[in-house]
Amino acid sequence: MPPTTPNPAFLQIQDVVKDFGATRAVNNVSVDIAQGEIFALLGSSGCGKSTLLRMLAGFETPTAGRILLGGRDLATLPAHERPMNMMFQSYALFPHLTVFENIAFGLKREGMARDRIAAQVEAMLKLVQLSAFAQRKPHQLSGGQQQRVALARSLAKQPQLLLLDEPLGALDKKLREQTQIELVNIVESVGVTCVMVTHDQEEAMTMASRVAVMSEGRFLQVGAPAEIYETPATRFVADFIGNVNLMDGTLDVDEPDHCVIGCDDCKHYVGHGITGTAGMAVTVAVRPEKITLTRAEPAGEFNRVPGTIKELSYFGSFTVFHLQLASGARLKVSQANTQRHNDDRLTWGDTAWASWSDSAQIVLTQ
Amino acid sequence: MNGLRRHFNGRTAVIAAPFLFLLAFFLLPFLIVGKISVSEMETVAFKDVLIVVDGAVQLTLKYANYVFLAEDPLYLETYLSSIQYAAATTVLCLAIGYPFAYFMARAKPTVQPALLMLVMLPFWTSFLLRVYAWRGLLTEGGWAHSVITGLGLDHGLAALGLIAAPGQLIHTPFSLVLGMTYNYLPFMILPLYANLAKMDLRLLEAAADLGATPWVAFWTVTVPLSKAGIIAGSMLVFIPCIGEFVIPELLGGPETLMIGRVLWDEFFSNNDWPMASTVAVMMVLLIIVPLAIFNKYQAEAQERTR
Repeated sequence: MPPTTPNPAFLQIQDVVKDFGATRAVNNVSVDIAQGEIFALLGSSGCGKSTLLRMLAGFETPTAGRILLGGRDLATLPAHERPMNMMFQSYALFPHLTVFENIAFGLKREGMARDRIAAQVEAMLKLVQLSAFAQRKPHQLSGGQQQRVALARSLAKQPQLLLLDEPLGALDKKLREQTQIELVNIVESVGVTCVMVTHDQEEAMTMASRVAVMSEGRFLQVGAPAEIYETPATRFVADFIGNVNLMDGTLDVDEPDHCVIGCDDCKHYVGHGITGTAGMAVTVAVRPEKITLTRAEPAGEFNRVPGTIKELSYFGSFTVFHLQLASGARLKVSQANTQRHNDDRLTWGDTAWASWSDSAQIVLTQ
Repeated sequence: MNGLRRHFNGRTAVIAAPFLFLLAFFLLPFLIVGKISVSEMETVAFKDVLIVVDGAVQLTLKYANYVFLAEDPLYLETYLSSIQYAAATTVLCLAIGYPFAYFMARAKPTVQPALLMLVMLPFWTSFLLRVYAWRGLLTEGGWAHSVITGLGLDHGLAALGLIAAPGQLIHTPFSLVLGMTYNYLPFMILPLYANLAKMDLRLLEAAADLGATPWVAFWTVTVPLSKAGIIAGSMLVFIPCIGEFVIPELLGGPETLMIGRVLWDEFFSNNDWPMASTVAVMMVLLIIVPLAIFNKYQAEAQERTR
């Protein structure tokens, strides 16, 4: 599905296929990426996202299809002539060179004058706040510092396109969260178009302006992070991104302004129509945080279900309840802990009613 | 407690074994050689260095051999030409061995063991036989001789002063360096291969990504990163080549002075053990200096990878 972008396409990936022997790593992928975008390829390992990135960088040749940058076909350009730079997974910093020399490496290859190289490297070091570390060797730096050197090195040549391969994969969780924002700020201040690969959905959601969810070499859905999360196109995407309750059911009523879906434990009243025929099998997806949990029985006959609390996970800011329903299915409900003390707190073994609004559900037909 | 002690003892034993071996079979003999080099010879026996005269210990060191070694230009020339031949051999081994090791390390993982086997195959036959074989190949009527003279390469070698005259290949600097290069090549290839095989290939991708052509990436990334391998291989070739005796004896000529042959002559032709020992001591010292540099380098490399 080629998404429509307001800006003219800067990077165009057209029907790209990559085969390794009998295995198809990338299967007919197309997307247009606008200038200044941060585009994330999200998928689990082996989904073809890294292969696609390597084709952009020129390390792999597409079996079929075209890749255009600013309207120019990249097929004949070898990696070292492409106007793009990559930040490698675990950085691939040159161990025998200092931080300064690492950043200067690409500039030297351009035959830039010595004093201009020094000025550009200084500017890059300032950008990533590592000016004091210019003469260190990579092994003398912490993981976070190495990550910033790698970023500085990939930005030094002022590339038209920045490729990030699992940019934060080697950092621990706390540092990763800080660095995500820092990285986006730097990339946006430079204004470079960026394609990143990650298996971490939080990383993709926080950093990217658009995300492509990949599986088995295909794009399952391309869209803004909120779009992917709130309106997943398929069951796979709904399940892959975040937590979700999936309920199989049958479409009972389908009107233009609403529809009713009968599931094992409850009846869904959905506040919009879907394209389908009565009687067809559909899946209703409801995110745990869109569900409210109460002791009192909610009014009406739709969008509610009683259950017993079987599991309870306290995360501090919120608590996730696992509700056992009559059919034996489990329903995950996440409730924000808005109050410090609550005498009537729901706990193990309690019976409670889960309810949700008629706009909380996602109806999936595939 | 008991287990701990056993563990400790085992570890000590493992470390001590090679040390004791070197102590007994290298350091002690070397000290004996050192002692002989400063001893006076009395027909068939050596005078003791330490003797008790009138209740006082008397130390007699005869350093005349060392003075003689420094004064006689033959020894200095021989040391220098040994270093020259060893250096030439090392450079040739590196020039031939580096590309070989490089392509072996980049070959398909399935072929690598076979290639490695081919490198080590010569070790399966006797060293002496292989050197002798070159005599056969390089004398008139031998295959190598026919090819070289047939192509007229011997005129070029003669012009470079590597052989005495066209047609005369054996007993020349050419045959000596050829023989040493042939024999020591595996010692260059193996450490280089070990080094190049474990290189992180993503660094080459990073270099390409930053605009380096494959050729530039080779010189700016691969070669600097294989420095430890180059040094190890060079040391493994250079050091034994300096003291090499068999190859100069069989393939070298009258003008190819090598310290190993001088040593042999002093020991077995002149029967001058103190002089021979002096030559040997100097040779060891000559080798220890580059080895010390190498060790320093290795320690630094270890520091780097930590």
